[in-house]
Amino acid sequence: MASPGVRVLLLLVLVSSAHGDASGINRTRGNRTLTPEEEEDSQQHHNNTKAFPVLSFNFEHVRKPFEISLWILLALLMKLGFHLIPRVSHIVPESCLLIVVGLLVGGVIKALDSDASDTNSSVPVLNTKLFFLYLLPPIILDAGYFLPIRHFTENLGTILMFAVVGTLWNAFFIGGMMYGVCQIEAAQLGDVDLLSCLLFGSIISAVDPVAVLAVFEEIHINELLYILVFGESLLNDAVTVVLYHLFEEFSHAGTVTITDAFLGVICFFVVSLGGVMIGLIYGIVGAFTSRFTLHSRVIEPLFVFLYSYMAYLSAEVFHLSGIMSLIACGVAMRPYVEANISHKSYTTIKYFMKMWSSVSETLIFIFLGVSTVAGPHVWNWTFVIFTVILCLVSRVLGVVGLTFIINKFRIVKLTKKDQFIVAYGGLRGAIAFSLGFLLTDTHMKTMFLTAIITVIFFTVFVQGMTIRPLVELLAVKKKKETKRSINEEIHTQFLDHLLTGIEDVCGHYGHHHWKDKLNRFNKTYVKKCLISGERSTEPQLISFYNKMELRQAMMLVESGSLAVLPSLTSMQNIQPRDTVKQRVIPSISKRREEEIRKMLRSNLQKTRQRLRSYSRHDLMMDPFEEDLSEVKFRKQRVEMGRRMSHYLTVPANRQETQIPHLRKVNFEPEHQVFTYDDGKGDGGSSAPTNPSPPLVIRHLNETNQVNSPGGGNDAEDPHGGEEQPRLARFLSDPGPKEEEEEHLGGAETKG
Amino acid sequence: MGTTQTRSENKYDDLVTKTGFSPEQIKNLHKRFQQLSENEETISKEHLHSIPALANNPIKKQIIDAFFDKRNQHQDEVGSFQEIGFEQFLMVLSHFRPPTLKMSEEDKARIRKEKLRFLFNMHDTDNDGTITLAEYRKVVEELLSKSGTMGIEAAKAIADAAMLGVASTNVPHMKPDEFYEGITFEHFEQILKGLEMETRMHIRFMDVNTTTMRCGKSTS
Repeated sequence: MASPGVRVLLLLVLVSSAHGDASGINRTRGNRTLTPEEEEDSQQHHNNTKAFPVLSFNFEHVRKPFEISLWILLALLMKLGFHLIPRVSHIVPESCLLIVVGLLVGGVIKALDSDASDTNSSVPVLNTKLFFLYLLPPIILDAGYFLPIRHFTENLGTILMFAVVGTLWNAFFIGGMMYGVCQIEAAQLGDVDLLSCLLFGSIISAVDPVAVLAVFEEIHINELLYILVFGESLLNDAVTVVLYHLFEEFSHAGTVTITDAFLGVICFFVVSLGGVMIGLIYGIVGAFTSRFTLHSRVIEPLFVFLYSYMAYLSAEVFHLSGIMSLIACGVAMRPYVEANISHKSYTTIKYFMKMWSSVSETLIFIFLGVSTVAGPHVWNWTFVIFTVILCLVSRVLGVVGLTFIINKFRIVKLTKKDQFIVAYGGLRGAIAFSLGFLLTDTHMKTMFLTAIITVIFFTVFVQGMTIRPLVELLAVKKKKETKRSINEEIHTQFLDHLLTGIEDVCGHYGHHHWKDKLNRFNKTYVKKCLISGERSTEPQLISFYNKMELRQAMMLVESGSLAVLPSLTSMQNIQPRDTVKQRVIPSISKRREEEIRKMLRSNLQKTRQRLRSYSRHDLMMDPFEEDLSEVKFRKQRVEMGRRMSHYLTVPANRQETQIPHLRKVNFEPEHQVFTYDDGKGDGGSSAPTNPSPPLVIRHLNETNQVNSPGGGNDAEDPHGGEEQPRLARFLSDPGPKEEEEEHLGGAETKG
Repeated sequence: MGTTQTRSENKYDDLVTKTGFSPEQIKNLHKRFQQLSENEETISKEHLHSIPALANNPIKKQIIDAFFDKRNQHQDEVGSFQEIGFEQFLMVLSHFRPPTLKMSEEDKARIRKEKLRFLFNMHDTDNDGTITLAEYRKVVEELLSKSGTMGIEAAKAIADAAMLGVASTNVPHMKPDEFYEGITFEHFEQILKGLEMETRMHIRFMDVNTTTMRCGKSTS
C-alpha cells in the first residue's frame, strides 16, 4: 500500500499532509534502533536479513522544510506561468489567478485526502499565526520602506479621516444593519446577537493593504489616489485591532458600559501611538547602527530587516498595532540608513524586500484559495448576500460623506472621479480572513468565515478585475513615469523656501513653516547623530545630484560601453604636459566618440564630495575586475582624454586647476553636440563662441604641424578639409581613437 | 467714523477685484502690513529684512526683492521700488492664492503662467528675458548657501548640469557652434511642466473657504 506521501512525490507538485501512513517507514527505522543484543537475536531468527541499505527512504525527517519549499516553489511557478499567457494577465489581476490556483490545489489535496483518511481535514490552512507572523510583515515592510513620504504627509489628514472615521463608520454600519437583518424571522439567524454582529462588522470593514497593493500595483494610477487608498489600508490597522479586541471582550462579557466605550477610545490612541513610538525607536536605533557598518558591508541589509521585524513583533507583544510600528520603523530608518550604507547594500535591500513581499503575497492568495476549499462552510444566503451588499453601500456612503467634509479643508479637492476610485478600491483581503479565523469556535464562526470569504472573493474578483477598464474609461490620471530631473528638484526646493518665506512675511505659522523647522532640526541634530562622515552635512540637493549622476553612470556601465572610472587623481592634476602636444585628433568612429563623451562628461562634472561618497561604492569597479589590463588601458585613455580636453579648451596662456568652465558639452544619442559658453559669467558681453574656437583650432593646427613628421598620423591627412568642422565638434572632448592611441602609445614608447 | 468705514470698504472692493482676495483676507493682511510697516503707509526693504523668521531662509534676499520688483505688479513696468504700499504688497501676495475647484482649463493655464512668471522674474535679475548660466548658478548657490563651502563648489556643477538639462530638452539639435543663450520663459515653462505649479505654489491660509485664518495674529 503506497502511502499518500509517495503518491504526492509522484505527482511532484502537491503535498499531502496525511498522517499515520508512514508505518512502513517506521518499520525500517525501528530496525535500526534495536539494541545490539536484540539485533543478534533477530539476526538468528531472520537469516534473510537485509543487506546494508544502499538506498533508503526517510521522508519524515525533512517533511516540514520540504513542504514549505514545495509550496513556495509552486507559488512562484504559478507566477511565472501567468506571464506566459499574456492575454489572461492583462484582463485578470494576478491576485485572482492565484486564488484560483489555490482553489485548484485545495481541491486536489482534498480529493487526495478523502480516500486516504477522513479524519479532520489535513489540508494546510491559512492559520493566523502563519499569516500574521510570517506572511504579512514582508509586505508591510516593503510598502512602508518605499512609502512616498511627500505625498503621504501632504495628505495625512485625509488619509487619517478615511482610515479612522471611515473604518468606524463601516464597522458600525455593517454591524448594526446586519443585526437588523438577523432579526428577520425568515433568515433563521436569531441567535446572532448585536455584539457578534458588531464584531463581524469590525472584521469585515477594514480595507486590506495586501489586496490593495496587489491590484493597484498593476493599474498605475496617480500618486494621490494610490496614497489615499493605500495609506488608509495601512492606518486602519489600529482601528481594526482595537475594535476587534473590544468587541471580542464584550461578546464574552455580554454587556457594554460607558466606561468600556471610553476605555476603548483611549485604547485606540494607545494602540496607534504606541505602535508608532515603538517603530520610531527601532528605526532610530537601526539608523544609528548603520552608522558603524563601514567595515562590514555585507550584513547591512540584515540590520534593516531585523530591526523592522523586531519592531513588528515587539508591537504585537503588547497588542499594539504591528503594522503601524513597521511603517514607522521603515519611514524613520530610511533616510539615514540610505545615507550610510553602500550602494550594493541599498540594491540588496530593495531587491530582497521586493522578493519577500512578492513571495508572501503569492502565498497569501494561494492559501486563501486552499482555505476556501478546506474550511467547513455554513452557507446562509441571507447573511452572505446582505453582507456583500452592505459592504458596498457602506463604503460608498462613507467615502462620499467623508469627502464632503474633507474637501472643506483641502486645497486640491477630491473630484467625483477620485471618490469613485477610492470607494471602488476598498478591497478586503486576507487580514479579514485571518481575524475571522481567530474567533472562538462556534457555529457562528463558520458562518462568518463563509461570509468573509465571499466578500473577499467578490471584492478581489469583481472589483479587482473591473477596476482597470474603469480607470481607462474614466480617464483617471496615471502615474508619472519619469524620474525627477535636476531642474525639478532645484525648483521644488526653491519653492519650499519661497513658500516658507512668504508665510513668514505674512506672519502665518503654516504648513511650510513647521516643515521648515522640522527640516532644520533634522539637519542640525539628528543627521549628525545618525549619519556617519561628511554625508551628515550634505544638503539634499547635492545628494540628489550625486544620486542622479550615479544612476547615469551606472546606466552607462550596464549598457556595456566604456568604463566610468572614478579616477580621483586626474581631477587634481589637470596639467597639460608636453607629450600631449604630440597627440593628434585622428578620426574616430561616431560610436566611440559618443562613448568617450559620455565618460568625460560624467567625470568632468564631478565634485569633490561626490568622489568622497563614491569612495565607498565599489560597484563600478566590478565589471572590470576580470580584465585588469583592459582596466589599465581604459584608465590611461580616460586620463589622456581628459588632459586633451583640458588642454584644448584652455587658451595656452592660462592654466586652470579647476574644472574647466568654458566648455560644456552635451551628449546626445543622436550624435549631436553643442556647446555653450558662460561668456557672461566672465563679466564680458555675450560673446559667442566664435573667437575662441579658431584659437583652439589654430593650436591644433600648430600641434599637427609639429607632429606631422612624427609617426603614425596617416589617418588625419585624408581628412584635411573636414578637419575644421570636425575639430570644432571635438572642442572639449577630443577622444583619441582606441587603436590610434595604442598605435601612438606604441609610437611614443618607441620614439 | 462712518465715512472712513465706507471708504475703507470701497478701497477693499477695489483690491478685491484686482487681487482676487476676499475682503476678510484683505483686512487680515492689512493688519499684518501695518504691523510690518510700524503703522506707516509704506514698507521698505529693511522692514522685511527685520523679520526674524526669515533669517534662516537661504533665498531671503530674492524673496524680499520680489516684493519690490515692478514686474510683479503686472503693469508692464520694470525696475524696482524703494518702498511699496499695501496695494503692491497685496499684488505680490496674490500670486500665492490657491486654486479653486471650479476653474476652467484656460483659467488654470493662465494662473500657472502667472505663477511661473513670478518665479522666472525671481531668477532673471537683469530682466533680459532669459535666465543665463550665471543667473542660474546664483540661484543654486543661494539655495545651497547655508551649507558651507561644500555647497558653493557643488552649486556650479549642479547649475551646469541643470542648464544642460534645459538646453537638451528644449533645443535638442543644436549645432556645435551655436550658443545657448539662456532659459527663456517658454523653456522655463517646459521644464517645470511636471511640477503642477498651479496646485503647489500657494499658501494655505489664503484659501477663501477656510475658516482658520491667523494672519496678523502672530508677532514675529
